[in-house]
Amino acid sequence: MRAKASMDRREFLGATGVLTGMLAAGSPLALLAPSRAWALDLTALTSEEGAALLAAARTIAPHDKLDDAPYALVVQALDGNAARDAATLALLRQGVSGLGAGFASAPETERVVALQGVETTPFFKSVRATTLATLYASPLVYAYFGYEGEAFSKGGYLLRGFNDLRWLPEVPLADSGPVFGADSR
Amino acid sequence: MASISQDDNNAVVIIGSGAGGGTLAHELTRRGIKVVLLEAGARQSLASFSQVPGEAFAQLTWLEPRTQSGTTTVVEDYPTLPSWTAKTVGGTTVHWTAAALRARPWEVSTRTTYGTIDGASLIDWPLDYKELLHYYQIAEKRMVVTRRNGNPGLPASNHFKVLHYGAKRLGYKQVHTGYMAINSRPADDRGMCIQQGFCVQGCKTGAKWSTLYTEIPRAEATGNLELRAECRAVRIEHGTDGRVSAVVYRDSAGNEQRQKARVVCVACNAVETSRLLLLSDSARFPHGLANSSDQVGRHFCHHTGCFVWGVFEKPIEFWRGATLAGVVLDETRHDPKRGFAGGYHLELAALDLPSIAIAGFPQTLWGRKLGFVMEHYRSMAGIFLNGEDLPRSSNRITLNPNVKDQFGLPVANIHVDDHPNNAAMRRHGQQQAKALFEAAGAIQVLMSRQTPATHNMCVARMSRDPNDGVVNAHGQAHDVANLFVSDGSAMSTSTSANPTLTIVALALRQADYIERQMSTRAI
Repeated sequence: MRAKASMDRREFLGATGVLTGMLAAGSPLALLAPSRAWALDLTALTSEEGAALLAAARTIAPHDKLDDAPYALVVQALDGNAARDAATLALLRQGVSGLGAGFASAPETERVVALQGVETTPFFKSVRATTLATLYASPLVYAYFGYEGEAFSKGGYLLRGFNDLRWLPEVPLADSGPVFGADSR
Repeated sequence: MASISQDDNNAVVIIGSGAGGGTLAHELTRRGIKVVLLEAGARQSLASFSQVPGEAFAQLTWLEPRTQSGTTTVVEDYPTLPSWTAKTVGGTTVHWTAAALRARPWEVSTRTTYGTIDGASLIDWPLDYKELLHYYQIAEKRMVVTRRNGNPGLPASNHFKVLHYGAKRLGYKQVHTGYMAINSRPADDRGMCIQQGFCVQGCKTGAKWSTLYTEIPRAEATGNLELRAECRAVRIEHGTDGRVSAVVYRDSAGNEQRQKARVVCVACNAVETSRLLLLSDSARFPHGLANSSDQVGRHFCHHTGCFVWGVFEKPIEFWRGATLAGVVLDETRHDPKRGFAGGYHLELAALDLPSIAIAGFPQTLWGRKLGFVMEHYRSMAGIFLNGEDLPRSSNRITLNPNVKDQFGLPVANIHVDDHPNNAAMRRHGQQQAKALFEAAGAIQVLMSRQTPATHNMCVARMSRDPNDGVVNAHGQAHDVANLFVSDGSAMSTSTSANPTLTIVALALRQADYIERQMSTRAI
């Protein structure tokens, strides 16, 4: 993904489509991105197909307060798979076509019905798997879910809250173990 | 590190460097025996372990093609990953969660204890539990297991507090932070656990025991070990006397090499151990090496395993802390009144953000239900059920002639039909885990189906009667005196315990035996 200012490179790169979006003001992602506007070149899928797949990803893994940008990474992954493999391109193309022309802009309840209709197909399974594997793996979304990622570089959680839960009773020592540094408190 | 000639027919060749192979290599080399250790994977280090979940998986996992069949739900849910095994120096001891559990005493005599069960091919182990216990104790010292030998337990994490509270409310008695091969204080020239939570990605502090940075470098320091990483064994050869004589392998450039051997020990994790023996067929052993009994690859066990997740209202942050440091032992008993034979462990289990979505839930979960759960990722708790899997003769690893690997060799096919006992045990465990989380205040409970197995066992099992298995009580092939099986394949039955401690104990015992056999020139 890139900032929108460089969109004029699109024809030069031979892109087949493009997805664009705008990060919500105040979104945590806006702090990381060089610009609030973003654009994603597609290399196998059309813009319309990309938009339909983005809507499918949002329907499969709905998070209302999450920007479109991390969902666009799902489309980028699907597009990459399609660019590498003609069978995948055909699978996605036929699958999107089966969802109907208005899918991308339909209300969620209608999108859910459309996807339920294809739930057992290789198309849906492929889109679902790629959505989960891409969306939740992106460090862009870690903060949204409160996930802290790797901790080795910060010394782990030994002194940073691995046992700071207070809404349940403490575990007796016999079932637990000595806490590092607890003696010196 | 030693340099051992490929023509040295006095060398012991060990194939696979994990819990079994890595431990055996150290035990033999420290007694002065020359060992060539072949490992298909590359050598990582504490510094090179990736801390990006997906990257770490690719760095450590066997990702070459395998096929699968049978009625197990894994076929549908994980079409490209029938089994989750490692391909790296240190094997699965790099990605394991370090639960160092003993088999329960009756679990080595299940045929006697459980009786005849339709559709199950149970046998008793050909060794006494007391004998196994002796080696468990040595293994626990070696691996610095918590709650053994005066080692303190790991401190309770946020996540464990939930497990402990729910378990106690349910009336469970034996609930603690586990018997873990993770340093609760500095020991064994390794540091203590810093509760960073990335156990499965390779422990960057080395607080978790792994042959990669304990047994293997210590074996190298004896001057008797040559580790050859990125070398894939493809065939074991034998001489006219019917004894194995060499191992053919492909080096990192893909070139064929041949290492002569006095003794060969196979420790490639059950799927590849079966495949290698089956690939090593000959006029003398037309059905594969050590397979005159037609038992190689059969009785494949993988543990009855699935996740149960509790969704809570208040934060837990279960990724903080040692991934699996918590266990309930009460359900490991044999109590047919529950509707099944054998027992299971309830083990604390956390998954990182992508992994929980990819592998933690039913593959049918999506939409608002998925969205709700993921939005509660901070306030989730997890249990992994680890239960005894009953062996079936028809659950088996075979060669698939229709799919070939990069060397043109048929890949392994894993066939599993779930035994009804497993289904009953899984249901019971899921209900208990659900009740446990609800007792602790869960607002929702979710369950995965069977997950791809890391615990692969019993495909070259120890047996008293050579017709029932592949190896004797020392892991020595019934058919070939100088061929040994040194991984979980040799376990006679699966037990309810995560297998690593048992594999290490059996490797320690096997090393004693191999040394005696070599010193009397029996092999």
